[in-house]
Amino acid sequence: MTAQTVQRGDLVTVIGLEVHVQLETETKIFCGCPTAQTDEPNTNVCPVCLGLPGALPVLNETAVEAAVKIGKAIDASIPEETRFHRKNYYYPDLPKNFQITQYDEPICQDGELEIAVEGERRTITIERAHLEEDPGSLQHVGGGGGIDTAEYTLVNYNRAGVPLMEIVTAPDFRTAAEARAFLAELEEVLEYLGVFDAGRDGSLRVDANLSIVDGEEVDDEGRIGTEALEAANRTEVKNISSHKGAEKALAYEETRQRNAIQRGRVVEQETRHWDESRGITVSMRSKEAEKDYRYFREADLPPLRVSHWKDEIPIPELPTARRERFREEYALGEEAASKLTSTKQVADFYEDVAREFDPDLAATWVADELLGELNYRDLEITDVAGRLDAVHRLIELVDGDEITAKNAREVVLRGMLDDGDDPDEIVEREGLGKTGADEVEQAVLEAIEENPEAVADHEAGEAGAINFLVGQVMAKTGGSADPGDVNGLLREELE
Amino acid sequence: MSVNAFITETELEGTDEGPLSGRTVAVKDNISTAGVRTTCGSKMLAEYVPPYDATVVERLKAAGATIVGKTNMDEFGMGTTTETSHFGSTDNPAAPGHVPGGSSGGSAAAVAAGEADLALGSDTGGSIRCPAAFCGVVGIKPTYGLVSRYGLVAYGNSLEQIGPFAQTVEDAAALLDVIAGPDERDATTREAPDGEGTYADAADGDVDGLSVGIPTELLEGADQGVIDAFEETVETLESAGATTREVCLPSVGHAVSAYYVIAMSEASSNLARFDGVRYGHSSDAGGNWNDAFGRTRAEGFGDEVKRRILLGTYALSAGYHDKYYKKAQDARAWVTRDFDEAFDEVDVLASPTMPVPPFELGESLDDPLQLYLADANTVPVNLANLPAISVPAGETNGLPVGVQFIGPAFGERRIVRTASAL
Ligand SMILES: [Zn+2]
Repeated sequence: MTAQTVQRGDLVTVIGLEVHVQLETETKIFCGCPTAQTDEPNTNVCPVCLGLPGALPVLNETAVEAAVKIGKAIDASIPEETRFHRKNYYYPDLPKNFQITQYDEPICQDGELEIAVEGERRTITIERAHLEEDPGSLQHVGGGGGIDTAEYTLVNYNRAGVPLMEIVTAPDFRTAAEARAFLAELEEVLEYLGVFDAGRDGSLRVDANLSIVDGEEVDDEGRIGTEALEAANRTEVKNISSHKGAEKALAYEETRQRNAIQRGRVVEQETRHWDESRGITVSMRSKEAEKDYRYFREADLPPLRVSHWKDEIPIPELPTARRERFREEYALGEEAASKLTSTKQVADFYEDVAREFDPDLAATWVADELLGELNYRDLEITDVAGRLDAVHRLIELVDGDEITAKNAREVVLRGMLDDGDDPDEIVEREGLGKTGADEVEQAVLEAIEENPEAVADHEAGEAGAINFLVGQVMAKTGGSADPGDVNGLLREELE
Repeated sequence: MSVNAFITETELEGTDEGPLSGRTVAVKDNISTAGVRTTCGSKMLAEYVPPYDATVVERLKAAGATIVGKTNMDEFGMGTTTETSHFGSTDNPAAPGHVPGGSSGGSAAAVAAGEADLALGSDTGGSIRCPAAFCGVVGIKPTYGLVSRYGLVAYGNSLEQIGPFAQTVEDAAALLDVIAGPDERDATTREAPDGEGTYADAADGDVDGLSVGIPTELLEGADQGVIDAFEETVETLESAGATTREVCLPSVGHAVSAYYVIAMSEASSNLARFDGVRYGHSSDAGGNWNDAFGRTRAEGFGDEVKRRILLGTYALSAGYHDKYYKKAQDARAWVTRDFDEAFDEVDVLASPTMPVPPFELGESLDDPLQLYLADANTVPVNLANLPAISVPAGETNGLPVGVQFIGPAFGERRIVRTASAL
C-alpha cells in the first residue's frame, strides 16, 4: 500500500565510507620486513609479522609520518598523544589473532575533504583516520571457493603488517557518484602526498554503509539527525576495491533498497558482499551477531607523542591549491587546470614544459595530445614515465616551429608511444622536418619542369598524368615524402 | 635424584670471553632459544623450536655464559607451584616433597640444587620472587622496561619482566648487569637513569642510614613462622644502621583482584595466537577453521590456562569491560600512587615475599583462589612496575622463608644494597 503513497523524491540516500589505504613505506609497520609485493608466498616475513611467540612490535616512524601528512592534508586535528589498541578476533589471516589498531585515540580526528560533483563543490567530513596493520591474505582452493566451502585455504603472510590507514567519513554522501568523487579525490591527495600507490594490488579497500531515510528528516543544510540515521536500517557493503567499483556497488545497493521500500518491504540490517563480476551485492550468508572485539590498550607500544614532531613534517601543495595556482599562473581554463592537476606526475610534467615553452602550447600538448593518446591506449602517465623526456623534446620541436602540429601529433607522438622511437629519429626518417618539406616542394617544381608532356596531359584532363608526376617526385625524394601531400602540392602548383 | 628442574637440557656455549665465562645458566622455558625447543611448560608448544634467540639469550651468550638447560615452569607462567606444567612437577631441593614455587620453579630449583650457577626466570606477578623464597635462593624482578622482553613468550605483557636467580645477591646483580639495558626490539625498554657503578658493585652491604618502610598491609594474614623470620631480618638491618618504620599502602587490598583481572585479560589476547596454523600443537581432527582452532586449543592448553583465558575474555567483553578491566586499571593507578607516596617517606619497602612457607607437592592444586591469594605481597610490585628482590631469611619448621625489598622505579641498586646486608 505504501508503494503508491511514497514518492521517489521523498526518500534520501545516506552513505558513509570506511576506506582502507595501504601506506607506501619501505618496511612494514611493526617490523623491518619489506612491503614490496612478491610472487613467492611467505618470504617477506619475520618473527614479528608472523606473530611468533615472544616477538614484539616496534612502530615504523615512516608510517607515522605518512599518517601525519594525511592528517594535515585533510585538515584534521592530530592529538598530542595517540595510542594503539588490540582488536581481538580469530581469523586465519591474522597471525596473532588480534590486530594492532587504534581505537579511542586515533592519530587524526575531525578532518574534511572537498569534492566536486557535476561542477558543485561539497565538503565531506572525515570523522577519524587511524593507523593499523594489514592482515595476511588467504587463497581458497577447491570446493566452493569461500573460507567455509573451499577444500582448503592457503595463507600468505607477506601482506601481514603492511601499514594501513583507515579513513572513516561521516554519512555525508547522498549519491553513489559523490562517494566515487570522494574516493578519486582522496586517492589524488594521497598520491600527491607520496604515501600511496594506486597501482598496487589491494592498495584501496572500501566498506560502505548505505541507508535510505525519509526526506523530512533532512534539515535546511542537508543534514540528517542521528536519531533518524540510527532508526534507518542500513547495509554495510564490503569488498569494494576501486572508486569505479564503489559507484557501481552503491548505485546497485541504492536501487535495491529503494525498490524494497517502494514495495513496502523492510530493508534488512545486514552485511552485503559486492560481487564485482556479477555487478550485484549479495547478502553474506552467515549473519553474525554484533562482533565484540574486546579492545584494550596495546602495552607493547608506548603512547605515541607526535605534537612536537608534526610541525616538522612538511606536506606538498595539494591538488586543489595547485589547480587554483595553475589557473592564475598559467592563465588556464577550469577544465585544462583540472586535467593538468589530475595526478601529481601530470602536473609536475606540465610545469616542467610550461616553464620552458609557451604555457598555452604546453597545456594543449600535455592535457589534450599526450593525455588523449594515453587514454586511447589505456595507459597512465606513470606507464610512460621513462618517455617524458622524449615528449618534452617533441614539444620543443613544435614550439620551435620545426615540424607541423599535425605531423607532431599524428606521426611523431603516436610513433613514440607505439614503437618507442625518439622524436628526432621519426622526424628524420619520415622527412617531416620543415627543411624536408622544402625538399618535397623543390622536387615537385622539378618534376613539373622536367615533364611538360605529363603536365599537358593533366591539363587536357587525363586522370593518370598526376599519378605519373607523383611517382617522379617520390623517386626524387627517395620515398620519404607522403604521396597524399605530394599529390596536393602538385595540384596546387598546376592550378 | 633429579628434581626435574629442566624440560630440556642443553649445552649452549657463549662465543666470547665475558663476565659470565665459565658460569652455567639455566633459562626458563618461556624465553626463546634459537634451535632449542621453548615449550612454556605446555603441550601446545611441546615441539616448538624458535628460529631466533631472545635478546637476553643473545646477551648471555655474548657474556660468555654456558646455557645448560630450559627450565620447568607453570604452563605459560600461570601458577605458583610449577605443578601446572605439562612436563610434571619439580621438587624443591631446599624442602623435598614441597613445591619449588612458581611459575619459575625450575629455574629456582636448578640454582638451589647446584645444577646451574645462575638462572633466568620471568615475573608477571611474583613468578621469580615466589620460587626464590620457596627454594632459599635470591631472585630479582627488575623495573618494568629495564630488561628486554623480546623473545619472552607473553603472559601478562604489561606486567612482566625477565630477571635473575643466584645463590648470592652479588651474583644475581651481576647477571642483571648482563641482561639489563635498552633494546630496539622492545619499545617498552628504557635507559635507566645513571647510577654509580654496576648492580653487582651495589652489593656492598652498606645500609647505614637507610630508611626501610614496612607496609603493615603486607604482614596481614601471614603465617606466624614467616612473620618471626621477617622480624629477625628487620632487626639485622637495624643493627647494621638502617632505620625502620611502618607505612601504609591502603590500596594493596585490591591488588590481587586487579592483578588477576589485568593478567588474565592480557593472557586471553596474548595466547590467542596459538591456533595450530603456524607453529605448535595442531589438532588433526579436521573440520572448518573455527572447529580446528577450537580443537587445537582444547587439546593443547591445560586447565589453569583455559581458566585464565576464559576469565580474561569475560573481563574484556562488552558490558563487563568497565566493571572489571577498567576498574582493575583504576586500581593499578591507585596502587602506583600509594607506592609513590611511600617512597617519598622511605628508601625501600620490606615485607615477607610469600605469606606462607612452601606447600607440599599436590596440596594446593584444587583451590585456585587460595593460591591466587598467596600472591598478595608480590603482585602489587608488578602493578606499579617497580623493582623487587627476594632474599633468603631463615626458616620456619625447616622450610625456607624469603623477604622482599621493593625499590622505586630503577632503584635496583638500592634493593641490591639492602639485600646484601643480610
Ligand atoms: Zn616482519
